[in-house]
Amino acid sequence: MTTETLIWLIPLPPILAFFLIVLLTNKSKTLSHTVGVGAAFLSWVVSMFVFVRALGVEHLGEEPFTSSINWLPTGNTWLKIGVLIDPLGAAVLFFVSITILMIFLYSVGYHNFGQPAGDHDRKGLPPHGATVEEHGHKHVVPSVEPMYSRFFAFLALFAFGMYVLVVSDNLLTMFVGWEIMGLCSYLLIGFWYGKESARNAAIKAFMTTRIGDVFMLLGIAFLYSATGTLTFREIFREETLHALASVPSIWGFSTAGIIALLLFIGTVGKSAQFPLHVWLPDAMEGPTPVSAMIHAATMVSAGVYAVIRMFPLLSLDPKTMSVVAFIGAFTALFAATIAVAQNDIKRVLAYSTISQLGFMIAALGVGAYIAAVFHLITHAFFKALLFLGSGSVIHGMEHGVLHTGNHDVDPQDMFNMGGLKNKMPITFWTFLIGGFALSGFPIITAGFWSKDEIFADAFANGHIVVFITLATAAFLTAFYTMRQITLTFLGEPRTKEAEHAQETPWTMTTPLVILAFFAVTYGWVGIPEHFPALGGLVPNWFHEFVGGTLAEHPEVIEFSWIPLLTSLVVALGGLTLGYFVYRNVNSPAEDRLQIPVLKNKWYFDEIYDFLFVKPATWFAETFVYKWMDKGVIDGVLHIFGPITQGLGTIIRNYIDLPIINRLIGDGSADVTYWFGGKLRAVQTGRVQQYLIFALVTFVAIGAVLFAFGLLA
Amino acid sequence: MTGEQIIFLVVALFTLGSGFMVVTTGNLVHAALWLVSTLFGVAVTYALLNASFLAVVQVVVYIGAIAILFIFAVMLTRKDMRDQGPQMNKNWWIGALLAVMTFGGLVALLQGWSGLSKTVSAIPTGFDAVTELGTELVSPAGYVLPFEVASVLLVAALVGAVYVAFNRK
Amino acid sequence: MVPLSWYLIFAAALFSIGLFGVLSRRNAVAILLGIELMLNAVNINLAAFWRYGNVMDMTGQVFAIIVFAVAAAEVSVGLALVISVYRRRNTVVADEIDMMKW
Repeated sequence: MTTETLIWLIPLPPILAFFLIVLLTNKSKTLSHTVGVGAAFLSWVVSMFVFVRALGVEHLGEEPFTSSINWLPTGNTWLKIGVLIDPLGAAVLFFVSITILMIFLYSVGYHNFGQPAGDHDRKGLPPHGATVEEHGHKHVVPSVEPMYSRFFAFLALFAFGMYVLVVSDNLLTMFVGWEIMGLCSYLLIGFWYGKESARNAAIKAFMTTRIGDVFMLLGIAFLYSATGTLTFREIFREETLHALASVPSIWGFSTAGIIALLLFIGTVGKSAQFPLHVWLPDAMEGPTPVSAMIHAATMVSAGVYAVIRMFPLLSLDPKTMSVVAFIGAFTALFAATIAVAQNDIKRVLAYSTISQLGFMIAALGVGAYIAAVFHLITHAFFKALLFLGSGSVIHGMEHGVLHTGNHDVDPQDMFNMGGLKNKMPITFWTFLIGGFALSGFPIITAGFWSKDEIFADAFANGHIVVFITLATAAFLTAFYTMRQITLTFLGEPRTKEAEHAQETPWTMTTPLVILAFFAVTYGWVGIPEHFPALGGLVPNWFHEFVGGTLAEHPEVIEFSWIPLLTSLVVALGGLTLGYFVYRNVNSPAEDRLQIPVLKNKWYFDEIYDFLFVKPATWFAETFVYKWMDKGVIDGVLHIFGPITQGLGTIIRNYIDLPIINRLIGDGSADVTYWFGGKLRAVQTGRVQQYLIFALVTFVAIGAVLFAFGLLA
Repeated sequence: MTGEQIIFLVVALFTLGSGFMVVTTGNLVHAALWLVSTLFGVAVTYALLNASFLAVVQVVVYIGAIAILFIFAVMLTRKDMRDQGPQMNKNWWIGALLAVMTFGGLVALLQGWSGLSKTVSAIPTGFDAVTELGTELVSPAGYVLPFEVASVLLVAALVGAVYVAFNRK
Repeated sequence: MVPLSWYLIFAAALFSIGLFGVLSRRNAVAILLGIELMLNAVNINLAAFWRYGNVMDMTGQVFAIIVFAVAAAEVSVGLALVISVYRRRNTVVADEIDMMKW
């Protein structure tokens, strides 16, 4: 089987799993998770196969694995769709497949497979525990999720969407995968649909990303009308790019610039950049594997991947690049400021994701292609690790909540935790590795290498403002990460629930370990050549490999001490400061960073509500529903009714009854009756009269015949 | 005028006159008796026509049985010994008119026929009409079937008449 | 030398008289009398045609014999009916026997 065929097959297992679970195995939890995990595993195996083969190809960038089919007839030509694995695709495929597999495996334990059904668990609400009798002693244990199979079905659909996006060779199928993931984010964020907050969060996520999607679709349409094709390799041909760059468009951008800008707005929505960032923190309403899936492995990465893909187009217009860089850097700093004031363990990670995505976008904006891809991949690993780890922590805390029976305690609030290092060791160590990777702890974490490369690129190309912004954001990142670790794991347990926390089962801790491995080692495939001491020991495989995707191989950055020192200072400084400040803070009241503006996310939700949501609701409820629908349309209909009725009554009373019923109907009957009455008189019953009649007739006929000469 | 013609005229007038009296007289018994005379005239006519058997049968059957039957019927259907009311019904003139027209019509029809003034041809010698009639009536090549059917008809009439007029008291 | 036409006219006249009697008499028995006259007229016709046609062919006489039988049958049944009706309705006036109507 050729590699191209294998690439076509990669998205197949998850979609088959989706249909199988929905149609057949819905009732059986075991079958459903077997199908789901099996499909993820199968896709991972095939992806690894393709990846290994891709590694073996020289100059994969010039001759990627590609295969396409004629799909939509458009006049004399065809719109083609197909698959493409070039170096970028191979690298992305690697991390996507493994993180998806880890999340699937994690979900088995997260949803408490094997546990009894809950006391009063209902579909649509999170499970609340089951009472079990053990040695005559009752206690409450975690219960299994009632909608277990449905979760795996949605997760499989999500995986399908991501795989389609990654392997596609054209904007159309990429957009298809994009939208499928948008749908799944709605379905999964609103998984526990019984909670109103989850329902609202799902709608918010869908609507906000949709705004971005509309602009992206405009960009795709514009691109198609300008070039007549949507296939990447055809768009990125010299001539096409040149043509797009030279045609000017509105506001001083070139055509290429406008197209790239429109496509970028799609990423702003999907990757939760400012100003469309509001949905991501609310998306924490979904189960933790969903948060990991959406905010680390797949969906937000898809946004950055889209920009990376369109980089050749994007880099043609310096104005667009500036917009991109600005938004990226601003978002990075903006989100980091909010993260330091959050108390929910998942919210911190959510804002952290927004911030790190800002890093990647900013990197692309300054032209640091390799750095952005590198950071995307390492971020996927350690962010997935952190989210799954936080899920593990919450699970442990819930165990404590069920033990004490005190349901007023929020298991996600960091100020209720503390000292979990001893209660949940595996979770602690893996979370620590992830947190250090996020902060950019030097040498031994992957985050260091990717972040450092971004700094180096930004500094070397002279984008000092971006450099300083990103550095500040990195400092805040390290700070709030250490805050998080300190509050959660270190010190003493602050509540009874934390005291009774327990480590989670192997299905949850194994993925943590595997991801931690990658969070540590992946950085070493991209060590820059000119790095002091370590550079050159291991070839910078990443730069060589991924760099081959672009037509012009990116140059190797000259080493400079300033970015390196900056990144060391911000990372280590932030971590230390965070530890020292927070090891003695035990409640929100003592936390001096609980500034209202930061805690309330700079009041953006309130602003958007006032500016957009309320007018839209008014428009829908009052204008469209009350005035137009009920007033105008129903009003017209209500005129028709009485008119028809009146008309009917007139016809009945003036035409039907007198004319048709009486005149024609009764009239003809009366006439016939009258005639009959008159004719009856003939039949007298007297024989002689009959004879006379007969003879008269006989004679008359005889006379007539005689007169006509017919008688002899 | 030959003797035959005179005899014929007398007989014809006698018969027609009797017939006229049959249909106009008020007294029903008289009418029946006038019928007898009419039938007798008809018998003589048969004799004139050399249909001797028919003449005898006419007298025996018609006068001897049928006319007697009529008299019986008249007797049996009298309310009292006097006749009541007029014997002609309301529209007798239509009947008269029709009778005249029928006669006229028949005569007019006859005028167009060529064989009207035929004269009688002599009976061949040795031809016995009665024997010949008898043979014809019973020979299979002849008229035995109508003869037998007529006898069945008479049986049916007999049974029917008895049944209809049966007095079920 | 009586021509055939005399006999035929004679028969036609007798027939018409009988017809007059049938159509005009009130009494039901009298109507039957008229019918008898008509039948006799027919018989005269038949006998005349026999005699003035082929004398060897007995068809005319045979027909007349059959007519005799039929007349006898008809009279007997008819009078039986009249008598039966008289018993029921106590009338022999034809106009009063008019139950077969609407």
